[in-house]
Parts: sequence; C-alpha cells; structure tokens
Amino acid sequence: MSYLPAEIPGPEPLFDDEGFWAACQERRLCFQHCTACGHFRHPPRPVCPKCKSFKFQWTEAADEGELFSFTVVHHGAHPAIGPALPYNIAIVRYPSFDDVRVISNVVDVAPEDLRIGMPLSLLWERCGNGMLVPRYKRRE
Amino acid sequence: MTTPTQQACIVGVGETEYRRWGGFADQSELQLTCAALATAAADAGLAIDEIDGLCSYAGDRNEPSYMQDNLGLPKLRYASLVWGGGGTGSCGALLHAKTAIESGAADVVAVFRGLCQGQQRRYGQFNAARPGNNFLAPFGMFSPPNMIAPLVQRYMHDFGIKPEEMAEIALSGRDNATRNPRAVMGKKPMTLEDYLASRMIASPLRLYDCCQENDGACAVIVTSLERARDLRQKPVRILSAAQGTNAGWGTGALGTHNMPVEEYGTGNGTMVARQVYEGAGVTATDIDVAQIYDHFSGLVMMSLENYGFCGRGEAGGFLADGCIRWPNGRLPINTSGGHLSEAYIHGMNLILEGARQIRGTSTSQVRDAELCLVTGGLAGPPSSAAILGA
Repeated sequence: MSYLPAEIPGPEPLFDDEGFWAACQERRLCFQHCTACGHFRHPPRPVCPKCKSFKFQWTEAADEGELFSFTVVHHGAHPAIGPALPYNIAIVRYPSFDDVRVISNVVDVAPEDLRIGMPLSLLWERCGNGMLVPRYKRRE
Repeated sequence: MTTPTQQACIVGVGETEYRRWGGFADQSELQLTCAALATAAADAGLAIDEIDGLCSYAGDRNEPSYMQDNLGLPKLRYASLVWGGGGTGSCGALLHAKTAIESGAADVVAVFRGLCQGQQRRYGQFNAARPGNNFLAPFGMFSPPNMIAPLVQRYMHDFGIKPEEMAEIALSGRDNATRNPRAVMGKKPMTLEDYLASRMIASPLRLYDCCQENDGACAVIVTSLERARDLRQKPVRILSAAQGTNAGWGTGALGTHNMPVEEYGTGNGTMVARQVYEGAGVTATDIDVAQIYDHFSGLVMMSLENYGFCGRGEAGGFLADGCIRWPNGRLPINTSGGHLSEAYIHGMNLILEGARQIRGTSTSQVRDAELCLVTGGLAGPPSSAAILGA
C-alpha cells in the first residue's frame, strides 16, 4: 500500500538525476555534495551554483527532515489521483545540508494535524513503475 | 539614449470576447488572435499592413509565420518570443516591443496573446511535458495550485495572515468585474461568505483564490511617440519594462522549491521591481493604480510587498485597510477584475487595462491616474513588469 495511487507517474531517471534515483533504490536519500566547495544542492543538476564546479559526490542525508511547508490537495489534477484525495504535499527541509528541500508526502498525519516545523523521518514506498521513492512519517 | 520622440507608446488595444474554458467551438485560436490584432490596429487608426513587428511570450502557439500569412503583412522586420511559462513574460514582450521601436528595428509592433485552452490542454491539469516532473509528479504535485500553495502556506504562517485578509483580493477583483462588460464573472457578485464557503483546492488556496481558465485573445499596438501624435488615441508611454529574477530561484515554485530559504514566501519579485522603478525613475509612492498578475491571490499579497506598496509581512493589514479597493483605496488594483474575475489571458489583458487607465477609459477609472504598474507572472522566473504613463 502506497500513499498515492500506483497509476500516477513515477520517476523516469535521466542524465542528471540517475544517481539520485539509483541511491533511492538502495533506500538511501542522497544529495549532491560539491567536492570543490562543499555546497549541497537538490534537485540534482550538473553544476554547483556556488562555485561552478562540475565535480560532486552523493552524500547521504541525516535523519533531520522537518516540515518546511505543505499543502492539502482537495482538487485532483490527474485522472488517477481521485482515490487519494485529500492528500498532502510536503516540502521537507534539511537544515544542516544547506537547507535543501525535498518535495514529498507525509503518510501518517491527518490534514488538520500537519504543522510547519514538524520533525519528520524517511520511509520508502514503491510507486507504480516499481521504483522506491522517499516519503515521510512523523518523527517521535 | 532614447530621444523623447522615439519613446515607445501603446497606441491601440484590442481583444476578442472572453469566454470560459472551451467556449470557442466555432473559431480557431489563430482566428481569434488575428481578430485581436485587427481590432487593436483599428483602435489605433493604423492599417494592419503597417505592422512590421510581432512579439509574444512562451506558450503562444500563434507563430509569426502563421500570423504574417493570415494577416498578409507585407514586411515583417522583427519577431520575438520571451522565455518563461504562463504569463511571466507578458511585460517582457512589452520590453521587446519597446526595444525594437526605440532602436529602430521596427516601426509598429503588435504584442499579443492568443489562448484557447479549450482547443489545447488545461493548465489546471497534469502536464507530462513539465521539466523536473521526476521530483513533482510522483508526489502528486501536478498543477500550478499544488505548486504555489506551499509558498502561500509558509508566507501566511510566518506573518499571521488571515484568510479574511487574503479574501480581499478576490472580493475587490470581483467588485471591479461587475462594472466591466468584458468580464467573464461580471454578473456574479461575491460576498466574504461566498468566498469562505468556496471549496478548498489546495490549502490555503480556495476556488476563488485561483484564476479562471479562459479562452480569448488580446493585443496592443506599440509605436514611437512621434508616430503616435498622428494617430487616433491618446498615447500611453511605456516608461519602463523589465524582466528579472532573484538569484537561486531556478524554476522556483513551479519546480524545485529550492529557492533561497529566507525568500521562500516572497514570490521572487524584488529584483524586477527595482529594475522597473529605476527604468522609469519613479518609486512605489508615485504609482496611482496597478494591474498585478493574479494567477493566485496569495501571490498578489507577495507582489504588493515586492513592489514596495507595503512592508514585508504587511500585506494582510494593507488589504484589511481597503487599500486596493476602487475608488477610494490608496492603490486600486486589477480594475478590470484581473485574472480572477475578468479573464485569464496570461497577463495580456492586464496590459490592456493598464493602457485604459492611462487613457482614462477604464470601467473602474482611477481619478487622474498618471502612472500604472503592470506585472507579469510571479514565482515562475523570470517574471516581468512595466510602468505605463500619460
């Protein structure tokens, strides 16, 4: 059972984000980490915006996600999303990774209980194309 | 240095009827777009054959080659398209037209938008072609309301903005629309109770916080002040037009949500605001009326701050004090009803309304309006703006 229906699009890795999705399949959430200046960036892209270096490594995130913002969606904008309504979209922030934010969902919190600043922990769910994607639960 | 007589002016405005999404089954988008240009040329008192420049912005399917063919333009000397999705480039297209006129690249430029979503796709639905979908679609972030809502949520949280304050944008726009015969929602007055009872689309955005989906076309004709003197209408000078984005925004709210963390709930308009004011040599206090891009009401609050009409986090109070209301507010905005209540023609209809305010012919005319700010898009960089003057 996944938070959102299997019929919605899953990721289709391509060039810049292949490394990110490959790590996800090993249940590791990784951010690009510039080897020249140490800056973290997300979503994946070829160049460090700080120092313009093309060199980077994938560094695994610590368990420190917090709910930076969110929305509860009541009006579906995809033919397959109906059964999931209302669902939340979460913007999850990683303070010690240069504040990178991940767009995802919180699977275990009712819409009225979502709070900006809430601590969150990673979990992994399969989407329709069989790939693992990162989702979140309340961190105790 | 532009000499005064070379200064670019809007000399003609034209639009088709605006209808609800899917409302034109009998005319193609191309036909409507040509009709808008023809109406704008007639309004200016110019022959269509005088048009030698065409400008639009990303997402327009009415390419200059089709337009030239259909309108039979004898010489097309300038054709440009501004980058950026939706209406972010509306005033950017004015910038191109102004540049073309003032450099001599063209003599008469039509700036236009033709938009028949009903003959193409719905903007409010999932778009498989959106770049960056890998990080959006698997998480249910399908449409602009989904993408914009977290920005508005964070902003309202940070500054304690209340739904009743945000409501003022929809209510004021609807009130203005009731005086505008072109407005699609003009016959449907709205109360605060109506607004609060409207269904939630993506919290905190209710139905009436989201722009309509409409079909129609509109255009303006731009030429030099010197040429304008012989034409039918009072010229509306384009004092400045600008495009801009702050650093680090990338695709911003319509994509990564990884803009600078402290700017998250701002919408990214401060640089373009600075540019457009500097270009015209004026400040926010000089502006008499504004047409602020209202794809979502929450972004209008951010625009009021970006463009210096109130301080950071103060838009709620500004709205509660009636500052945007016609006729007595300090800064009446979206006097045609805007995208929320007139029509959503990607910002082009806001440019037409800006020109009407300076001409003195708006259905919600601001007394003695000498300067009108018009903005194009927000949150999907680079956005744009223009200042129109008498």
